[in-house]
Formats: sequence, C-alpha cells, structure tokens
Amino acid sequence: MRFVSLAVAALVTIGLIFLFNTRQVLPAPLGRLLSPQHGIWQNAEPADQSFSEELKFASLKGKVEVYIDEKLVPHVFAENDEDLYFVQGFLHAKFRLWQMEFQTHAAAGRLSEILGEGPGGRILEYDRNMRRLGMVYAAERSLNEMEKTPASKLIYDAYAEGVNAYISQLTESQLPIEYKLLGYYPEKWTPFKTALFLKYMSFDLAGREDDLEFTNARDNFSKSDFEKLFYYLADSLKPIVPNTPESPYPAMASIDLNPPLTADSLYFSYKKGDSLTYADTNKPNRENGSNNWAVAGSRTKSGRPILCNDPHLGLNLPSLWFEMQLSTPEFSSYGASFPGSPNIIIGFNENIAWGVTNAGRDVKDYFDIEFQDEQKTAYKYNGQWMPTEKRVEILKVKGQPDRLDTVVYTNYGPVMFDDAFRAKERDTRHLSVRWKAHDPSNEGLTFYGLNRAKGYEDYLAAIKHFTCPGQNFVFASRTGDIAIWQQGQFPAKWKRQGDFIMPGIDSSFEWKGMIAQEENPHQLNPARGYVSSANQLSADGSYPYYTGNVFPVYRGYMINRMLDSAGPVGPEEMMKMQCDNYNIRAELSRDILMSTKDSLLDDASRKYFEIYRKWDNRNDVGSEGATVYHLWWGALEKAVWEDEYDKIGLPLPWPTENVLVESLHRDSAYSFLDNVNTPGVETLEQLLASSLRTATDSLEKLSAAGKLSWEKAKDTHINHLLRVIEPFSRLHLPVGGGKGIINATGPDHGPSWRMVVHMTDGIEAYGIYPGGQSGNPGSRYYDNFVDDWAAGKYNQLWLMKKEEKGDARVKWTMTFANTK
Amino acid sequence: MKLFISIVLTAFLGFALCLFLPWWAIAIAAFTVAVAIVQAPWKSFVTGFVALFLLWAVMAWWISFTNNNLLADKVSVMILKQQSAFMLVLVTGLIGGLVAGFAALTGSLVRKL
Repeated sequence: MRFVSLAVAALVTIGLIFLFNTRQVLPAPLGRLLSPQHGIWQNAEPADQSFSEELKFASLKGKVEVYIDEKLVPHVFAENDEDLYFVQGFLHAKFRLWQMEFQTHAAAGRLSEILGEGPGGRILEYDRNMRRLGMVYAAERSLNEMEKTPASKLIYDAYAEGVNAYISQLTESQLPIEYKLLGYYPEKWTPFKTALFLKYMSFDLAGREDDLEFTNARDNFSKSDFEKLFYYLADSLKPIVPNTPESPYPAMASIDLNPPLTADSLYFSYKKGDSLTYADTNKPNRENGSNNWAVAGSRTKSGRPILCNDPHLGLNLPSLWFEMQLSTPEFSSYGASFPGSPNIIIGFNENIAWGVTNAGRDVKDYFDIEFQDEQKTAYKYNGQWMPTEKRVEILKVKGQPDRLDTVVYTNYGPVMFDDAFRAKERDTRHLSVRWKAHDPSNEGLTFYGLNRAKGYEDYLAAIKHFTCPGQNFVFASRTGDIAIWQQGQFPAKWKRQGDFIMPGIDSSFEWKGMIAQEENPHQLNPARGYVSSANQLSADGSYPYYTGNVFPVYRGYMINRMLDSAGPVGPEEMMKMQCDNYNIRAELSRDILMSTKDSLLDDASRKYFEIYRKWDNRNDVGSEGATVYHLWWGALEKAVWEDEYDKIGLPLPWPTENVLVESLHRDSAYSFLDNVNTPGVETLEQLLASSLRTATDSLEKLSAAGKLSWEKAKDTHINHLLRVIEPFSRLHLPVGGGKGIINATGPDHGPSWRMVVHMTDGIEAYGIYPGGQSGNPGSRYYDNFVDDWAAGKYNQLWLMKKEEKGDARVKWTMTFANTK
Repeated sequence: MKLFISIVLTAFLGFALCLFLPWWAIAIAAFTVAVAIVQAPWKSFVTGFVALFLLWAVMAWWISFTNNNLLADKVSVMILKQQSAFMLVLVTGLIGGLVAGFAALTGSLVRKL
C-alpha cells in the first residue's frame, strides 16, 4: 500500500513537472515561464532600474565610456573605431537582441524554424519565397565583398564581437521575453548576420516590383487601355530634380538604349491572353517610402540650413530604429541606427546632416528561361546550352522534418519560379530573377563615411559606395551647402524594359549596363533654396534613361508647394510641416466630386455629401470629411475599374493614386467609366452617385460604431514584430494623415523616425520614433515615445560633448575597459 | 514548530537551488526537506505547497510591484485572457505550490518506507 501511494505521489510530481515544463499538454510551459527566478517575471524591469555598469572585456584596446540619458539614449565615447563598434554591438544586443536576430531570420527565410509553418503554411511559404529569391546568396556575396576592405572587416568583426560579448554572459533568466515565450536561444552573431540584415533592407526597399502583374496587364489589356491605366509620367509630377540649366540632365544616354529588334513581337505583345496566376503575398509594403528635404540658409530665419527626414516603413515594436551617439576623437555622430548594423544610418554630426528616402527604381526583373531538360542542368543562352548551378536550401520547420528546396541559378540569378514554385497553375514557367541586390557591394562604407563627413565632398565620396537599395541622399552642412543625389547603381533601361517578364534565351533583353554615377539626378545649392524628395520620379521625361513605372506623386507635390511659398523658416515650422495632414489629392479631385448631382442621391448619402462639402481637405484627428472622402474615392475607383479587372480575374496592378483624378480631368468621358457588365453606357454622373451610395453603407456602419472620425476609421496601430501578441502592441492610436499626405501615417505604416536638424554651431536637432529604446515589453522604455510621436511632438536630440558628462540629462554611466 | 521550520527550509532551499538549476529544482528542495524532516504525509504536502506558494507569489508580487505591473498586465492578457497582475501572481504561486507540495509528499512517503 505504501509503495502504491509513493508511486502515485512520485508520478504526480513528475507529471506536474512535465506538464509545466513542456508544450506537450499546455500551449506554454507555465512553470518555466512563471518561475520568478527564471521566467517572464525576470523581464519585469523595475521602474527605477539603474543602467550603470562597469564591464571588462579582453578584446577591448582602450576605455569606452557610455553616458545614458533620460530617454535611454546611449552616448558612446571610445578611443578608437574597434572599441566603438564593439560597444555599439554590445548595446544593440543589450537593448534589442531578440529583434536583431528575428529580423535576420526573416531575411534568411528561417522563420519556420522558430515559428512553425504557420496557418495554411504561410510562414513556410514566406521562407521559401526568401530562399528562392536568393537572399542568403545575396548576403554571402556582399559579405565576401565587404571582407575585401580591411577597414570594413574590422568594423563588422568588432561589432559581432560586441554582440557576442553580450550574448555569452546572458543567463536563462536574462533572455529577452520572446525567446522564453517561443522556447529557443540566441545564436552567435556573425558579420554574415549583419549582411543579411542589410539585404533585408534591400528587400524591403528595392525588392518590390509588379512585373508579373504588369505582364498579366499587358497580356490582357489592349495597348491603349494599358497606357490609360499605367501611363508613365503623372500630370502632377514634380520630379525630385527638375531639368534646369543649373543641374541639367545628361543630354543623351551614354549607353545604346534601343530596344531589341524583336521587342515588338516578343515583348510589346498586348492582349495575347496569356496569364500568370501567382499572387505574391509576401511583397514589401508599397508605401515603403519617405520624405526628406533641406532648406538653404537663404530661406531660414537663422541663415543656416535645416535638414528634415522621415522614413516611412512598417511600424513595429520593438522599433526598427535605435537612437544613439557614436564618438571617437575623430568624429561624433548622432542619429538613428539599425540594431544589427554598425554606424548611424540617418543622422548628423557637428558639420553635416544627412537623410534618405527610397529611390524606388525597379532593379528586379524576370527572364524566361528555357531548360535543356527536366534535370535543369543547362539552359539556352545565345544559341548554346549553358550550365546551371544548383543550391539546395534546407528549411527547418519547428516540430516537423526538414524540407529541401533546390534552387537553380542561371547567369541572370536564381530561377525563382519553376515546377516546384509555380508562377502559373497549369503549365510551368521558369523565371529567373535579375536583382541588383545580388551584386556584390559594401553599403556600410557609405554610412561609415557619412558619420565622419565634414562637408559636401566627403558626403559625395561616401554615397558613391551605395549601390542598392537606391536612395535619395539629402545633405546639409553647417557651412551652408544643401544637396540631394539619387544614389545607387541603376540599370540603363529603354522605355518599359523590365516592366514585363523578358525573354531570356539570349542576351538581347538583358540590362546593357549601369548608368554612370555622375549621371544620377542630383542638385547642389539650387536657386530655389531647397532640395526635396518623397519617392516620386527623380527626373521627368527628358532624362534619357527609363526610371520605372510605379511612383507616388502627391507628397512630393505638397512638400514643394509648401517650401515654394514658405517664408523664412525655423525648426518649429519644419516639425509642423512633417506632421502636416493636408490631402492634396482631395483638393485636386474636389471639382470632380462636387459635380455630383443632388437629385441622384438618397437622404443618407446626401448627409455624407454635406459632411464632405464642408470638409477642409485635411486628414486631421476628428475629421469626418476625411473618412467620407477616403471611402467615397475608393468606391469610385472600384466602380470605374473593378468591372474590367474582375473580367480578367488575374493578379493585376491597381493604377496609382493619381490616375483617376488625372484621367477624369483629361477626359470626363473616360472609357473605363462604362460598366462592361451592363448593356447601357454608364457616365461619370451615375458613378459619382452610385459610389457615394456604396460608401454610405460603410459610413453608416462606422457611424453606428462611433468610428466616423478619420483617426478611428484609419485605426493606426503598432504591432509587436510577432504580430500575434496583442498586449505587446500599441493599438488604436489617435493619428491623422495617411497615404499621399506628408504625414504618411497609415494603419500600420508611416513615419518610423522623424528628424529635423538645424545646422547651427553645436547643432540644434529634434527627432522621435514610434517606439522606445528598450526592446523589452516589461520596460517602461519599451514604448515611451509612442504617445508623443502620435501627437506630433519631438524630443530634442543632444549631440553631447564629453565634457558635458556632469550634465543633468546623464542618468547612468557604463564603462567598458580591458580586463588587464 | 516542525511545520514552520520545514516551510522556511523548503522555501530557502528552493530559492537557493534555483539560483543554479532550472525551475523544477523546487521539487528537489521540497523532496529533500520532506525526507530530512519527518512529518505526516499530509503535513509534508502542506509544507511544500505553502513554502513555494509563498516564495513564488511573494517574489512575483514584489517584482511586479517594482515594475508597476507593466509586464504582468500584458502577460496576464496573453496567458489568462484577462488583464490582472494579481491573478498572474496567484497562478504563479499555485504552480510553485502544487509542484513542491507533491514533491514533498513523495519525500515524506519515501521516508515512511
């Protein structure tokens, strides 16, 4: 009997430990997670936590002092570069380790390894997409390139060593909470992971194209319909760099830009009825973009330039950005850094400031490949069978056996689509990707140079290393220069080259070369007293090279209009301008909507028409007119185009934001107005009324739910990177703005860092990002900038001098020294 | 008195072992004390349960208090589907108490052989 009770008690004990230590029975190992000495409680940071520490590491050459201010921004003072980047790596890891690793797992297509295959296999599909695109291949090539430059190798190695110094002294209890919740451990950091992270940014900023969709559009629309929907130059385009005598475009291309002789038959073959069914759900957000501008001293109150930048990216917690200052006796630079990469990415030093917006040029094209046979060991190229290379991608999936995926490489790049990853349901297409991000490059040199730049020449020398993702680098100096360069290595294309899938059996459709760097659009100290960019086309039609098809126009239009008419400005006006909610398309389309015939409306729609009529075209918090306009215009676009699109029934690109306004202004009897499914011919008058009635249904629902005001209808939120953990996210933020507006805050996307730098002696700068310095959801510094960011407030950015270490803003001090 | 000493010892040993070992070392602590200090099986269970319930709940409560319940409010939504730091502290104590209670019971029954 005693044995039986003992056995029962022992079994229950072991059973309970098993129950609370594994995920076999309960979804979470509650014992491990809730143990106050090991689990999540250890991540609950005391509100009065001290960040002061004295640390010793064998690999440090000298002493490094880190002064941490009240915002938890570290100001790092090192004696040399090696120590500086060691400490930057250490600090990134200390505050953002989980995110750093998660992002590189995302880049490398390794998310299934920690998250499983996901609902409907979505995460595995995402991973395969990244592998087949050659993300790992691209990172390997850029790592090789980077290691050829000893200075770069030293930095990346020191940075990795700093990250690892942090990881190796981590105990289980100090693990970031996400590791505990998901049940895995951090790997060692390597320079390869930094390369992966930078490639992830290339993917995010230069990895989006709609070439497959445009191919469908070409195959199913007539040429004239295609040109109506996807014309190349917007009427409201204000190019980043206008063609003026002070900054003329190259008169002609220095590379032969004649399309191949076969282009008419093989490429511009409209309406032949072919179809690709693949719809890529893993594309980077179309709205990834940014604003930047610099105002010359001639237009400012102080006589010194002011530089402004706000990159628009997916909004997440922990934030993509980490604010810090890096200093050695040679330089001192402050700004937003990427956890995962050395250097300051957007910021300033005591002499210059710089910022970036995305160039958005299409540097990713597809080529149709003809293989010799099923083995895919050779493909046809210029009349010969060329050998292929194969890469076997091993995909680890949590809780499942490994998957193997063979990716074939041609001289174009990886064959992303084949019979194992289909672009088409019925027969197989072999599509090889030619992507600029696959070419070896060392972008880190640009940031290294900018951090230390003293003037325009240094800036120019630094940005020349930047090849992909193409960016508009804005610049201002204390000595009064302002400039902008669209920088990157861009293929010299003939008009519409690469917009569609190209024949790959010979070299005739290949990129013929890269545009020479000095031919990139640029401006230095223009007479108008400012430079600006907001992802619009960099140049107008007189630029000899084709620069691509899908670009937003309205933010650039509005920025230039405001700067054209601005009086002498100071930082306050610039901060206000970055948060401006004026909807320029609403202004440009007002005459169209106002022509709605009252007699065609019912009582409910009449009420909303009245709200719209009184609206001031501003997407401010509290505005109901903005919601009416947004839904009405959306319904009108659908009423105009959806009938044609549904009839084709394939993934197709939707026309850009400016197309309907401009088309209706050009021609009020726009041919797409007719609904192809009805016997009659619809007119604009009918569509205006019917689309308002459609919008009214949604508006009534919003109104009943108390969500008619714009910020509630838009519902901006900042999700935790894992997307599924709501309590770690910030939801329902009261923020105005939106697409096509300078304050480009969408539902989950927008200004991820706002910065205004006044180039006074000592630098007067302001900035904020929607997050907090700590990546720990249990820290009060996790999201403490969010409310101020939402309210359009800024923090002063302090370019600290070492002598100021006694300043009241310094709350904690970390020292790093050699073990000796 | 024995009960009180056992409770204090179990809690102390549980805390000390967890500085070096995984969380389930609390079971070792409770088992060891129950083997060392003879009590009726039900008393041993109470010893283990109360010791670890108090140890874990008090530690969790104190951590959460200094954290202004910032994290507990979030994690309780995730695990318990309601925002309640108090409930999370309670569940924490219960898990520690249950495991240690049964471990102590086992220890006491071993001693009885």
